[in-house]
Amino acid sequence: MTPTSIQTQNDPLVIDGVEFGSRLIMGTGGAPSLDGLGAALLASGTELTTVAMRRYSPAETGSLFQLLLDNGIRVLPNTAGCFTAKDAVLTAELAREALETNWVKLEVIADEHTLLPDAVELVEATEQLVNRGFKVFAYTNDDPVLALRLENLGATAVMPLGAPIGTGLGILNPHNIELIVSRASVPVVLDAGIGTASDAALAMELGCDAVLLATAVTRAQNPVQMGEAFKHAVVAGRLAKQAGRIPRREHALASSAMEGRAEFL
Amino acid sequence: MDTLQPAPRNPAITADVAVIGAGVIGLGIAHEARRSGRSVVVIDPAPASGATFAAAGMLAPVSELHYQEEGLLELMLASSQLWPGFAEGLQSAERGTGYRTTPTLAVGADAADRRAFADLRDVQLGLGLEIQALPVREAREREPLLSPQISCAFDIPGDHQVDPRRLAAAVLESLGRHSPADHSWVGGTGDPRLADGFLLNTAASCLLWEDGAVAGVALADGSRVLAGETVVANGLAAPALEGLPEGLALPLRPVYGDILRLRVPRHLQPLLTATVRGLVRGVPVYIVPRGDGTVVIGASQREDGPSSANAVSAGGVYQLLRDAQVLLPAVAELELLECTARARPGTPDNAPLLGRVRMPGDGGDVRGLIVATGFFRHGVLLTPAAASIAVGLMEGRHDERWTKFRPDRFPNPHHRAPATIKDHA
Repeated sequence: MTPTSIQTQNDPLVIDGVEFGSRLIMGTGGAPSLDGLGAALLASGTELTTVAMRRYSPAETGSLFQLLLDNGIRVLPNTAGCFTAKDAVLTAELAREALETNWVKLEVIADEHTLLPDAVELVEATEQLVNRGFKVFAYTNDDPVLALRLENLGATAVMPLGAPIGTGLGILNPHNIELIVSRASVPVVLDAGIGTASDAALAMELGCDAVLLATAVTRAQNPVQMGEAFKHAVVAGRLAKQAGRIPRREHALASSAMEGRAEFL
Repeated sequence: MDTLQPAPRNPAITADVAVIGAGVIGLGIAHEARRSGRSVVVIDPAPASGATFAAAGMLAPVSELHYQEEGLLELMLASSQLWPGFAEGLQSAERGTGYRTTPTLAVGADAADRRAFADLRDVQLGLGLEIQALPVREAREREPLLSPQISCAFDIPGDHQVDPRRLAAAVLESLGRHSPADHSWVGGTGDPRLADGFLLNTAASCLLWEDGAVAGVALADGSRVLAGETVVANGLAAPALEGLPEGLALPLRPVYGDILRLRVPRHLQPLLTATVRGLVRGVPVYIVPRGDGTVVIGASQREDGPSSANAVSAGGVYQLLRDAQVLLPAVAELELLECTARARPGTPDNAPLLGRVRMPGDGGDVRGLIVATGFFRHGVLLTPAAASIAVGLMEGRHDERWTKFRPDRFPNPHHRAPATIKDHA
């Protein structure tokens, strides 16, 4: 075992007192087959995966839920498809009853074209769910003011988007993500917009505690290979953040310094 | 496993083949078995009322290719080649089967859809499949009602269609009928229909065993069918059948789909001459033109828990109409005839459960039993192949190419906990 692997293994993600060895949280939307999804999730090393309560019935045997259970992956139910706070609260209650978990990834979407969060309904739903005893993972715009507001209302984690859901455009406003991280005292999870491995590495370099993605893996031509790529990307980004990057310079600086060398005049 | 004992009070009928399930797969196998000279009894309380009733009937091995599902391609192509002969064998039916060699156009709505189709096209070409990029102008010359806004078109001449309802009706028409209460045929001799084939409108309840082989099936009304070969082709209901070989896992789950049928007003006919398969901002939709002036628009894919299996999702219908109109604005002018939802029998790897199954304990196959279910999105396309493979097995022919679809390929999950995820488990 190399020193670096020890370092990453001793660096768990802790949310609500629960430790996760992997900082990659997966979604399940868009998967071509159940077997294919299972293989991709295993390859990604994820220990926490979010499932849309509106799209998958936990009652069905042989369903997605069974697959997660069989592979020891914890389920984070989400409220995808909800457009109002009321909708989201009802869906969260349904999830709590069916899955016996008070964790919920809160999505309150403004419209089908952008799938962007509706900030007003999101704030309202967060407050209501916290008051009902939920641990709220709030999917939010990349707005530092809103992110802090959600934390103050009791969100367990804030999950700013890199870009709209499913776009694969990467992190459109890295500065805002950095700002959100710098002011947060709850875990920050970069959620949505990830297109490929380097986007996830960047999220970790910006200081996010974890990355959540689905489409980038499930709709890749080879989801298993892409899942593995993201596993490494998240570790790489985390290590790079901790290692401390060099400053950006306008002018070249030779990597081998001249001091101590013979000078021939 | 029960040992079959003569039970004179329970009526029994004897046939070469008992087929449980009268969807396209069961009916296709029944048809093929009869063509091979076997007598056949088909058992189904509601024939052709499940996924067969909903399916659009695209015979589309090329446009149905999905990444990581290349294993299924060989079977789809083989079945596609069997289709003309299979349809020919049913042409005598009153209304035919609706088999048509209309081509397929793959059409994208935006730039990302174009890239998605182009990426897939590279894989399709690499596999030797026939697909060709068509300039949008040319596509619209062929189909003038396509939206001027489409981003791309690909011609797939080998993807055709059949009408699954007419196909099922054609096979059913050739079968005699009996009501469960009518036991006049008991004993079997003298009824000419027994030498051929007929439909029994009742449910199967339990496989019957004799000397370690499946010997027929007990029915819900207490009667029995004794058969040399029993085919389990009742879709999602298969795992609930009693008397399946011990330890056999048939991991089926319902994947619901909404699908629409619409009439094209006379002045818009023909709406399309080719089947249009679209991607609209990443969401698939298809429009299949029928010979009778109707079109089929499908299909959503849901794994939610509807209050009943046939409940139609408003969101599903909305999405289909919305996306179909993006590609073909004239869809708004059509008359909506029917919104239907049914469950497809899905498997973990999207491939069917087809073939014989291993005897628990020893390595041999259970005699007298063939499973044919789990065809998911591909039941109609794969019907001739399933029929040919099943009858091949009855004749002792094994084709190594299809052993990867054996129904016993999945491990049996003993002592499965209910799907409940407890906190801090």
